[in-house]
Amino acid sequence: MTPAVSHIALASGFMAGLGALLAGILALANRLLHVPEDPRIEQIEDLLPRANCGACGYAGCRPFAEALIAGETEPARCTVNSPELNQEIAELLGVSVGSRERLVARLACAGGTHVAATRARYEGLKSCRAAALVAGGGKGCVWGCLGLGDCEEACEFDAIRLNRYGLPVVDTDRCTACGDCVEICPKGLFSLQPESHRLWVNCSNKDPQDEAQAHCEVVCTGCGRCVMDAPEGLIRIEQNLAVIDYTKNDLASPVAIERCPTGAIVWIDDDGQPRKGSSARKITRKEPLPRMEPLPRV
Amino acid sequence: MELLSLLRGRTFRRGVEAPEYKELTAGQPIRRLPFAPRLVLPLDQHFGDPARALVRKGQEVVRGEPVAEAQGPRSVPIHAPVTGVVEDVELMPTARGPKSRAVILRTAPGDSQAVRWSRPCDPERLGTAELIEAVQRTGLVGQGGAAFPTHLKLSIPDGHAVDTLVVNGCECEPYLTTDHRIMLEQPALVLAGVRLAMQTVGAERTLIGVEDNKPDAIAALRGQIGADEPITVRAVKSKYPQGSEKMLIKTLLGREVPSGGLPFHVGVVVNNAGTLAQLGHLLPRGEGLIERVVTVSGPGVDRPGNYRVPIGTPLRAILEAVGYREDDPSRIILGGPMMGNTVASLDVPITKGVSGLLVMPQAAEEVVASSQPCIRCGRCLEACPVGLNPAELGRLAANRQYQAMEERFNLNDCFECGCCSYVCPSNIPLVQYFRIAKALNRERKS
Repeated sequence: MTPAVSHIALASGFMAGLGALLAGILALANRLLHVPEDPRIEQIEDLLPRANCGACGYAGCRPFAEALIAGETEPARCTVNSPELNQEIAELLGVSVGSRERLVARLACAGGTHVAATRARYEGLKSCRAAALVAGGGKGCVWGCLGLGDCEEACEFDAIRLNRYGLPVVDTDRCTACGDCVEICPKGLFSLQPESHRLWVNCSNKDPQDEAQAHCEVVCTGCGRCVMDAPEGLIRIEQNLAVIDYTKNDLASPVAIERCPTGAIVWIDDDGQPRKGSSARKITRKEPLPRMEPLPRV
Repeated sequence: MELLSLLRGRTFRRGVEAPEYKELTAGQPIRRLPFAPRLVLPLDQHFGDPARALVRKGQEVVRGEPVAEAQGPRSVPIHAPVTGVVEDVELMPTARGPKSRAVILRTAPGDSQAVRWSRPCDPERLGTAELIEAVQRTGLVGQGGAAFPTHLKLSIPDGHAVDTLVVNGCECEPYLTTDHRIMLEQPALVLAGVRLAMQTVGAERTLIGVEDNKPDAIAALRGQIGADEPITVRAVKSKYPQGSEKMLIKTLLGREVPSGGLPFHVGVVVNNAGTLAQLGHLLPRGEGLIERVVTVSGPGVDRPGNYRVPIGTPLRAILEAVGYREDDPSRIILGGPMMGNTVASLDVPITKGVSGLLVMPQAAEEVVASSQPCIRCGRCLEACPVGLNPAELGRLAANRQYQAMEERFNLNDCFECGCCSYVCPSNIPLVQYFRIAKALNRERKS
């Protein structure tokens, strides 16, 4: 053998020996340091969506799976999963699937750029959070949606899209009620609502009537017509805004929206989209409103 | 150390040297404006808990009378800046954005507007606790911008001792000249406030830091100090943000306030010169804070100057009195150009913490540059006075990793001075990112 070949043989022999030794140690460690784990965790995790969205109240899908096995929660708590897969989990664990009404994220504002005026130009970072920190953003209505799309960006399920008027529209089929949009909106306009809450106030403006109407065409002015038309106690006016008492949701019907002059109170149809009453002012404008003139001096 | 600072001029590390534009108003004596017909007094215009309204709709009040009381120890009362009638207590727009409850006053026309309410006291006979209570009764908050209640600043927690009172007369923000004029025109009041503050916190000595671009103010203050008084006026280098309290402590004393700490952790209390002038005026008389000096300046103002304005005066009333050539509210800044914010409406009022009102019309040649990717030039690192890494913080913020910003990159030490955004050649709105991150982190914790 030439010296070069013997060197190669020595090196590969050494590496092979080292490999065998380390493999032996690993094999030994695998046996000695084995932590017994419930194999069902793995199985259940495979049936979960693995989105780690946190909508169930646990940090991610694995902690949720562990909680399921411990019997602390029920499969239906996962709103992202399909009912069939949740049923499969329930069968695997021999528990009932549990019931939970489907929640969806809902926005309490209808003030797109074509109906809600702006009073100042905002030029900074394209983020609602940033705009809200600069004098509350440039929108005339200080309560309303700024339309810069923090919610669209925060939604991991692509369930929120800004429409042409800069207003977020929730795709209720995709919405998993994870709550990310609720957390990010600086104006607190999103909330998670059971789908059975069909009667909905699509506005958050608490200003008195004249001021509110100067800022937005679809504002709730607190006129009280819906309060009169709805069964007693279902709707009340608080700080110039209609508030629905959802403990009496069984009484709700589209009657309440019929006389609303601005269409601020709506009935959510089966497709998840809001329907205005017949007296609501028709909006035909497609262009954004121009910037407001400074209000006359008081 | 001493020798080095003599060579370089007293200062801190990093920061920026921005054009000052103070010549517009530095020579203008403090003047009054006509009283506005209607004042708006937000109940939460200071840091801490909001005040509780004491008046009802239709009630008549005299100038100086309390209209709202402090709600707990972390709050201050609010006094009527004019004699008039309470129009309402209602939700009103504020400069910060959301509406908040405010007392609305209609000024009585034809009234002499003399201060008709006071509870004089002799501060020399008061102990520390009584002094702090008396300071709280004046409704005084920091006049430099943060509106932090002065009585809280002067309350030193048990187990801490303060040896030095630092007076902040830097006024490093471009355009602003309110403290400059106050030190020049009312040095005796500033010194009266200094003595009261020293008595309250038990400090042995006082250092007054004034930027070296105000030699006349330094001379005026020196002229008021007695021969045996432990009060020294020191010229410090004119550099932004010299007027940040942590920077000024570093400059004057070489002490570094620990991360997350307050000045008293290193034995110091810092007060703004304008705040102490108010303290020296209000405390012995037992009056409340009802007006303040505001620099109204910028290229869009016809008669720039320093004006003594009643708290609650709407911006529109001030601008109409001085003449202005821009009514797009997004070109109007409350505070200085570095840390101030633009407003969304001219109907918001001047509050206790507002030191400047700037009108900056858009120049014809001005181009609003859009934000570009970070080129890793490192200029923000050279500018950050607290030694943070704004580039990395900005990258994390863009990826919404707000917790990492706080835990690994000391986001909470950022006091939003704006140096990083100012020097960034890519126009990245770094401070805006940091403000969002801080707001979200605060919400997550609460």
